[in-house]
Amino acid sequence: MVDATTVRQRAEAFLAGHDPSELSPLDWLRARFDAGLAWVHFPEGLGGLGAPRDLQGVVDQLFRGTPDNNPGRIGIGLGMAAPTILAYGTEEQKRRFLRPLWTGEEVWCQLFSEPGAGSDLAGLATRAVRDGDDWVVDGQKVWTSSAHLARWGILVARHDPDLPKHRGLTYFVCDMEAPGVEVRPLRQITGEAEFNEVFLTGVRLGDDLRLGEVGDGWRVAQTTLMNERVAIGASGSPRRTMMSVFTEAWQARPELRTHDLHRRALDLWVQGEVMRLTGQRLREQLLAGHPGPEGSGMKLLFARHHQEVSALEVEFLREDGLTYDDWTFRRPDGVDFLGRGAGYRYLRAKGNSIEGGTSEILRNIVAERVLGLPAEPRTDVAAPWKDLPR
Amino acid sequence: MTLLYTEVEEELRTAVRDLLADKAPVAAEGENAAAWHGLARDIGVAGLLVPEDLGGAGASAREAAVVLEELGRAGTPAPFLTSSVLATRVLLDAGYADISRLASGEATAALCVSLAASPYRDVPVGVLEEGDGGLVAPGGPTVAADGAEAGVAGKGRGLGAGGAGGAAGSLAGVVSGRFTGVAGAVGADLLVVPLDGGRVAVVESERVPVEPVVSLDVTRPLATVTFDRAPAVVLDGGSVDEALLLAAGLLASEQVGVAEWCLTTTVAYLKERRQFARPVGSFQALKHRLADLWLEVAGARAAARNAADQLASGDDARVAVAVAAAHCGEVAVRAAEEALQLHGGIGMTWEHPIHLYLKRAKADAIAFGTPGDHRSALAPLVGLPGPE
Repeated sequence: MVDATTVRQRAEAFLAGHDPSELSPLDWLRARFDAGLAWVHFPEGLGGLGAPRDLQGVVDQLFRGTPDNNPGRIGIGLGMAAPTILAYGTEEQKRRFLRPLWTGEEVWCQLFSEPGAGSDLAGLATRAVRDGDDWVVDGQKVWTSSAHLARWGILVARHDPDLPKHRGLTYFVCDMEAPGVEVRPLRQITGEAEFNEVFLTGVRLGDDLRLGEVGDGWRVAQTTLMNERVAIGASGSPRRTMMSVFTEAWQARPELRTHDLHRRALDLWVQGEVMRLTGQRLREQLLAGHPGPEGSGMKLLFARHHQEVSALEVEFLREDGLTYDDWTFRRPDGVDFLGRGAGYRYLRAKGNSIEGGTSEILRNIVAERVLGLPAEPRTDVAAPWKDLPR
Repeated sequence: MTLLYTEVEEELRTAVRDLLADKAPVAAEGENAAAWHGLARDIGVAGLLVPEDLGGAGASAREAAVVLEELGRAGTPAPFLTSSVLATRVLLDAGYADISRLASGEATAALCVSLAASPYRDVPVGVLEEGDGGLVAPGGPTVAADGAEAGVAGKGRGLGAGGAGGAAGSLAGVVSGRFTGVAGAVGADLLVVPLDGGRVAVVESERVPVEPVVSLDVTRPLATVTFDRAPAVVLDGGSVDEALLLAAGLLASEQVGVAEWCLTTTVAYLKERRQFARPVGSFQALKHRLADLWLEVAGARAAARNAADQLASGDDARVAVAVAAAHCGEVAVRAAEEALQLHGGIGMTWEHPIHLYLKRAKADAIAFGTPGDHRSALAPLVGLPGPE
């Protein structure tokens, strides 16, 4: 097993041989990937060293101030596509996709949700029909962040409507430049269009773009979704948090403080600190080799905390809380939950309990997989998908 | 630092849990001497916080926290928190010479403060009449004051510093005062009275009236303790505030245990209980409540572990303690209230132990500072000062 000393030595040797001022940022990132210092827990040859995941911190610390891959812009690739490709991709797929994914040359998006399949993802209707060596895809996807920037999408589609809903699904990498892919912005309550609708009409995808076996789509998608929730809910302990943003405002505007707001602010500070400690404990458990569905729980905490703190900030600001920075219809390059003004933070946080699994679905997951409570009786699991009422 | 449990801590937990399963299989009111003797003497929990050279185990707040989780889970009445944590901490600080009596579990002590005392407020103190032999009237067989020694003690040095030999029988003065809401006083061998000037008086409990009061928490009964010129040994040092902070931080682990019992008991019940021809635990309305509760308990565990770890490390633990106390106090109450509601009618009966946990949880949320007291204490520590 590669230890911290080895990782540190590799990172220091790399820095000694690669002056960021002498290379273009992209060349520098490519070289970093090839040196196994992109994500150290990935295998050698795929940007990693096969090291324990926590040793990434050693690299990140040493590389502070070097060119980065703009993780906010490629979050879906890093957090969801990459672990799925690593788990289910062929060797050829891993070599083709992971390097440009990590360097940020190729942006990824996620083609899962549909107008008729949100929480009930397994009920999705986008069809993938086999035609020789290709698949022909028809359907509509929605809530697709970064689709307008994306080179690739991770796609779940139905290859066999005669099978029960979970078993008729297959997972693909969708070429976003293929004919028949149309991306339309979807304006949100913040005024901007961070998300898109994606219309797929007769899109031809080669069978080499299939990820996992035919009929394995649900299982492959679970890998993506668990990683998504961990990525949203259990990201490190950044110095800047929704609470620290609030605290700065609180310190800057003593004239706006009231006893009622003070009591609620302290309550939320405790909530944030408990969330931080819960996440820290969760990461320790993961490192000790006891991963679990607890990541779903972190995302629940995160959503509630963001919503409550941002709501309190708007109220605290009083007259300033009545203003909004800008309603212009724009397509941002990435997402920053803490960005822009208090009004934006408040509105954007509303999405935190919907995106990546609603808080209601996550409560079901905790109740059933962590606590072992019985599932609700269901009539939609065994019947062929085509016979389900819609 | 780690927020997980070490192997040693897990072994201690197993020993405590097995013993409680044997001696105290169900939560109950009233003292359980067999359970306490097993815990204190066989496992040695009474001396956990006492250094080895003073007859203890030389362990830390982390291990004491694990014992409290198990006591909370089992709902066992035991003087661990009041004697082995709170009073022991004060006596250790004050250099009490005979601490090995407490460490061995042979004797227990109670600090004469209300269970509702907060680490952030001054506690009522006893009135001391310092002893030269003549003043010490009530006396007893042990009153054989040597003027010189008593004088030394009376100036507030003393007995710990002066060496064990003279300490045990020395007399420094007489103490008076009435202390209400004292937990662990019934049955305690030593009573520790806070005094002005950072001193404490130690009184053998034999002739001190300890009147039990009917308590909300029947598993941790309170008493009123009245000292009327009781002969006392006076010790310098013994920070009551620090001890209350330690107790508040470790109480969080007891609250985790209480909450966890409520959660697991309720989950098990909802898997069994059938209405409308299905387990009631399959109804989403109930599952969501339990999922939320599980999250709160997970957070409580992380916060309580953090507090125990900070207390053990000796660094400034004020933020960690306040966070744990504020969160865990409320979680334990909510867990007990949810357990009662989700059990339906059976939860309302005297026969089912839920009520013991509810009463414990509600009393614990007042003990050593309310959640609100702890949140208020955070304001200057975390950059959230109040309105001007």
